[in-house]
Amino acid sequence: MAVAFDEMNIPGGDLRPAYQELARWLKETPPEALEYRRQEAELLFRRIGITFAVYGESESTERLIPFDVIPRIMSGKEWTVLEKGLKQRVKALNMFLRDIYHGREILRAEVVPDDLIFQNPVFRPEMNGQQVPHDVYVHIAGIDIVRVDAEDFIVLEDNARTPSGVSYMLENREIMMRLFPDLFARHRVAPVERYPDELLAALRSVAPHSASGEPTVALLTPGVYNSAYYEHSFLADKLGVELVEGRDLIVKNNEVFMRTTEGLKRVDVIYRRVDDDFIDPLTFRPDSVLGVPGLMSAYAAGNITLANAVGTGIADDKAIYSYMPDIVKFYLGEEPILKNVPTWRCREPKDLAYVLDNLSDLVVKEVHGSGGYGMLIGPAATKATIEAFREKLKREPEGFIAQPTLALSTCPTCTATGLAPRHVDLRPFVLTGSKSTTIVPGGLTRVALKEGSLVVNSSQGGGTKDTWILDE
Amino acid sequence: MLSRTAENLYWLARYVERAEYLARTIDATLRVTALPAAYIGKTNEWDSALLTAGVAESFYRSHEEANEHNVVDYLSFSADNPSSIRNCIEAARLNSRSVRTALTSEMWDTINSAWIELQEVWSKGTSTREELAKFLRFVQETSLRFDGSAYRTMLRNDAYWFSRLGLHLERADNTARILDVKYHVLLPEEEHVGGPLDFYQWSSILRSVSALTAYHWVYRETLKPWLVADLLILNGTLPRSLASCYDNLVRNLDQIGVAYGRQGPAQRHARGIRNRLEHSNMNDIFQHGVHEFIQEFIADNSRLGEIITKQYLI
Repeated sequence: MAVAFDEMNIPGGDLRPAYQELARWLKETPPEALEYRRQEAELLFRRIGITFAVYGESESTERLIPFDVIPRIMSGKEWTVLEKGLKQRVKALNMFLRDIYHGREILRAEVVPDDLIFQNPVFRPEMNGQQVPHDVYVHIAGIDIVRVDAEDFIVLEDNARTPSGVSYMLENREIMMRLFPDLFARHRVAPVERYPDELLAALRSVAPHSASGEPTVALLTPGVYNSAYYEHSFLADKLGVELVEGRDLIVKNNEVFMRTTEGLKRVDVIYRRVDDDFIDPLTFRPDSVLGVPGLMSAYAAGNITLANAVGTGIADDKAIYSYMPDIVKFYLGEEPILKNVPTWRCREPKDLAYVLDNLSDLVVKEVHGSGGYGMLIGPAATKATIEAFREKLKREPEGFIAQPTLALSTCPTCTATGLAPRHVDLRPFVLTGSKSTTIVPGGLTRVALKEGSLVVNSSQGGGTKDTWILDE
Repeated sequence: MLSRTAENLYWLARYVERAEYLARTIDATLRVTALPAAYIGKTNEWDSALLTAGVAESFYRSHEEANEHNVVDYLSFSADNPSSIRNCIEAARLNSRSVRTALTSEMWDTINSAWIELQEVWSKGTSTREELAKFLRFVQETSLRFDGSAYRTMLRNDAYWFSRLGLHLERADNTARILDVKYHVLLPEEEHVGGPLDFYQWSSILRSVSALTAYHWVYRETLKPWLVADLLILNGTLPRSLASCYDNLVRNLDQIGVAYGRQGPAQRHARGIRNRLEHSNMNDIFQHGVHEFIQEFIADNSRLGEIITKQYLI
């Protein structure tokens, strides 16, 4: 594996410009002071209750996501390129979704194979020909980006269903500003606090035409036991909208209402954090109690906007991912600004053969997996694990893709033995309304806390950092 | 606001109030049992603590007899007792999480911090009287902080009023229950039995509702059962009296009614109870029978809870 790109240091000892002030500050700050702030930060997170639940553990288990107090810094120039690339990518994602559920020109042009769509469990035939308000499908996208060298940002994953983590982006900043006011005074960090306002504006802008002048927005959560419940309540609070559960909503005459102390009140836009499968027991899983019976008919009648739209999973599927550069070109006629990770599609015999021959060098992922579960990291795996995966691959090649192990960039991070480089990724949040696409500068930086580890998922013990975009 | 949010706020306030009341009950019971037998006779104060908490029946399903150790444990730490202090705090915290958007950060901080701190107490219990006393004080302080945070930081809107409804309904129930359990010592003046037993019983009643000092300010007399009952039932200046709870219930329901532009059965029912309290005096109540009066009150009060639920919370 190649040596990872260091975000702070240029090989040979010089600092990259964005990190100069931080380096100076670190030199002046004794390690005990850092450790003390780290503990203070943890206490704040615990008291505010910024926790997530871990599936498979008892219901009352609430864990803190470890927070690293050393910020990850990017120059404004770097961000400008990234921002452009993100907007381009999300625009293409939306056009792709609209096309897949309507004209399907991209299939006719044979850019993407039919069966990847029609045999895909996340494809929703219920959405065929369905008009979604303002043609926006992915209102909120969380695009996972990694950096491999000074020039290149690479998209690792497009999250077009219900991307989470934005509350950490906002809370990390709040806590950093509380703990390190002097460090902020020495930088000009672009603010992220506008995010809730922009989210609300985007959601309001996509209200259905039957909504009254001031559309009513609500945030739908599966409830307090969901792993991202903190985020749901945090966002509802910042947006100033009701945080509803399925049982708070009722559909009457194809309109959606919430039960309030003053009777039923119509809802126009639902920012839903409940997956497609659970959203309406009459259309999808009949055993689900999280959703709202009849929601899909209200949707079909054009009386409610769901954000993100139903069926967006087809765009962030790992099988589709490898076609994204072609998708961007097909709809926009432009070269993609952000690269993809080279990807072998195991469904294609030539690719499968290569993958089977090189398992110990590759990362193999389930096409429908998420959260870092069910993947093989070749270079770090035992022989037995590799052989077990080989069998799985042979049995069901279409269920997997493979990628080279990327040398994710590293950032200095607090560890038990002092500052040390740890691998990071970045999830910026892209908002699409009826008129515009916006991104607050930054995003959620996730950091693999174990030495050498490339797994940054919070469910696998990863941590987070504040992300600073310098305003130059 | 969402009906579920209102319901959670209402129950959140009830649970916090109940936890405080249980802590006071245990505290008061400990004081009485610390007295020499000559002062308190043979009554089992732990039995009456179970009765006032309304959990005697469930307690005896799993216990032979009531003593300090098992009653304190049952009322404070038991996970099996749905209305133990522990379960009240757990439920309050769960409710708080569900309605975080309707709470101020001070309220959430109070409940969440208390919950974090009490995790250790749940796992270990208390091994000495000092530890127990510290725990009971902590619970009472949590309730005071929570109540104070609500009072000082919440917008005066329906979220506030619904939480106040829960608080006053629960408080009225608690005061009525303690009176009911002790009714046998609240005899009419002419049948005054006197003696140290009664004195300590009455003072423990007052202590458990934090009204001993108030009694002296209001009546400037030694403890008399007649006056104790008057204070706790009819005296509108005592925040824990039935009269005062109903003044508040009527006011909060009216505020909701005005804000929503609609009155309903809850407003009428609460006003009915308030008017009855306003037009009663202790003479009539003793004539009628203290026990009967309180039994009716408890039923009426819990009926109000049902009506509020039906009108607003579901």
